[in-house]
Amino acid sequence: MTILGPILMAALFIVPTYLSIQGLETQQIVVSEKGNFFSEKLEDNELVQFSKIPEMEIERLKKNFGSSPYYALLIISDSNSQNRFTIYSAQHISLSVKNNIESQISKINERKKLEEADIDIEILNSLFSEIEIMSVIIDEQGDESKGSSEMNSAIGFITAFLIYLFIFMYGSMVMRGVIEEKTSRIVEVIISSVRPFQLMMGKIVGVALVGLTQFVLWILLTYSIASLFEVVFMNSNNQSEIITGILSSVGQINLSSIVISFLFYFIGGYLLYSSLFAAIGSAVDTESDTQQFVLPITIPLILSLVMIEPIMNNPDGTLAIWLSIIPFSSPIIMMVRLPFGGVENWEIIISATVLICTFLSTTYIASKIYRVGILMYGKKSSFKELIKWISYKD
Amino acid sequence: MENHILKANKIVKQYGDYFALNNVDLSIPRGSVFGLLGPNGAGKTTLMRIINQIIAADSGEVLFNGSPLNRKHISQIGYLPEERGLYKKMKVGEQSLYLAQLKGMNRFEATNKLKYWFEKLEIQSWWNKRIEELSKGMAQKVQFAVTVIHNPDLLIFDEPFSGFDPVNTALIRNEILKLRKQGTSIIFSTHRMESVEEICDEISLINNGETLLQGEIINIKNNFRNNIFSIEMKTEIDNLSEKFTILNKKENILEIKIQEGSNSKELINELLQKSDIISFNEKIPSMEDIFIKTVSGE
Repeated sequence: MTILGPILMAALFIVPTYLSIQGLETQQIVVSEKGNFFSEKLEDNELVQFSKIPEMEIERLKKNFGSSPYYALLIISDSNSQNRFTIYSAQHISLSVKNNIESQISKINERKKLEEADIDIEILNSLFSEIEIMSVIIDEQGDESKGSSEMNSAIGFITAFLIYLFIFMYGSMVMRGVIEEKTSRIVEVIISSVRPFQLMMGKIVGVALVGLTQFVLWILLTYSIASLFEVVFMNSNNQSEIITGILSSVGQINLSSIVISFLFYFIGGYLLYSSLFAAIGSAVDTESDTQQFVLPITIPLILSLVMIEPIMNNPDGTLAIWLSIIPFSSPIIMMVRLPFGGVENWEIIISATVLICTFLSTTYIASKIYRVGILMYGKKSSFKELIKWISYKD
Repeated sequence: MENHILKANKIVKQYGDYFALNNVDLSIPRGSVFGLLGPNGAGKTTLMRIINQIIAADSGEVLFNGSPLNRKHISQIGYLPEERGLYKKMKVGEQSLYLAQLKGMNRFEATNKLKYWFEKLEIQSWWNKRIEELSKGMAQKVQFAVTVIHNPDLLIFDEPFSGFDPVNTALIRNEILKLRKQGTSIIFSTHRMESVEEICDEISLINNGETLLQGEIINIKNNFRNNIFSIEMKTEIDNLSEKFTILNKKENILEIKIQEGSNSKELINELLQKSDIISFNEKIPSMEDIFIKTVSGE
């Protein structure tokens, strides 16, 4: 999966683009028209190339159209009827070619009509210009800086989602690892050499390192495969424009503080949840028994994911503040709020403190359950028993 | 040097209201094989886990070589738990090295030792195989090797022969006896009483968390002698004097209990008056008999 993941991911971007490019082949279109009005104005492009033939050739061409070098025959008749334009072709004509010709014709038509009505095209164009609101943030000193709520949302969503994904994937990987050690019965051999707590923490840290390596590899590989593809197959002029655009608006956000918070919540959230996952793994014999225990853990995670959008709409509301302090949702929700810049320092301090305290205590409780659970075989445990285990002495 | 490699005094371990161990004492003499016996759920595993510091006792103390048990002793103890296994996807050699290193050996030392043991157990060709490719018996051999690899002073075997065919059982038994000869002390827990008689010097029998019997096998057996003799006569005999009770009779083979106040000399005299004696043996109880008798509280 480490190598396959990014390849699949990149394929997701590349294949559709590649296929659509592959289909591109300039098609020869013959045009027949009395006069030159349309045929003169039809422009060649990478999709279609027009050439005109005299009217008397049409019948002959139609008879042998299949063997002619042309893709399609466009006949423009004189009348003003609905069916003024007709395309003949050997096979069904492709949608992109049809659209291309249609839009060219309708533009020519439009222009003609505007000229007939004596309307200045320049004026008309100015009417349809797009309006964009520039948002500017004024800080306490009265300094202004450009803001971009789209960019804020994007950063918030991506970082929050990464945290969610990481907790879910690697938390359950910890759980599966613990179950594997239990079902293969190696666990008692190992804990005659190391303490159960060491084994559990080793598992959690080990999986985190595997996960981080995999994550970084994924991002790097996906990015490099995708960009390699871009360089080879696509015209990347406007690409760099987009990137400069992104960079300029990212520059407005306090990037270093976001990176630091991301790392903190990423690790804190993972530690909090993975120790609980480890405790669950120790309490069951098979993965299918985990259901009843996993549900209460995943609910706050999924809830936080669902809350991302409402929080984005109102990043500094009461709900947002509470969810960014409650440790089970704070890693995800705080990351959504931070890019918008409205988070007070005291909120970050409280949220971070609560998260640290909680993961210390969940790790402590989890280790208590773990050390009893890993030595229990063939018994279906209930929540009541898990709580009882916590009180057992070493 | 202390005569006992391990001494446990008044060990108590309680789960809720349930006493897994209730004031259990244990003394393992140096260089002997010590049988830790008891029915299922007697508390043997709990006791072995306490000795391995997997769990801690609620009260009581364990002395290893005369000093209170601590984490440093881990490298001097080898434990083969009853619930044992290995990582299925890992290769045999890699995994054995890892487990040996967990016991404090360095890589070089561990590799050499493993090679020695793998050769001895005839498993050297499996080094690069995964555990899941091996049969259960094969995996058990690997497991035995990693238990003894670090040359511990005390070895604890919980049902070491389970999963082995008779040939491999003999192989492992010989290795255990060889280790004892080299001075290793061994705690041996099993339900198979015939193997206890074969290899144990002393035993301790526990049930419901309490010690019922403890001592050398010879002494225990002597204590359980009950003056029953198995005798083969030349001709059939029907009745004897009141000092002797015939428990069982099959043609000319008799099982006779000597009542108190009499002895085997008198019995022989009486028998000889009736017919010739072909064989005369005292019926010494087997460990199995003793086990069942003690546990069922007769």
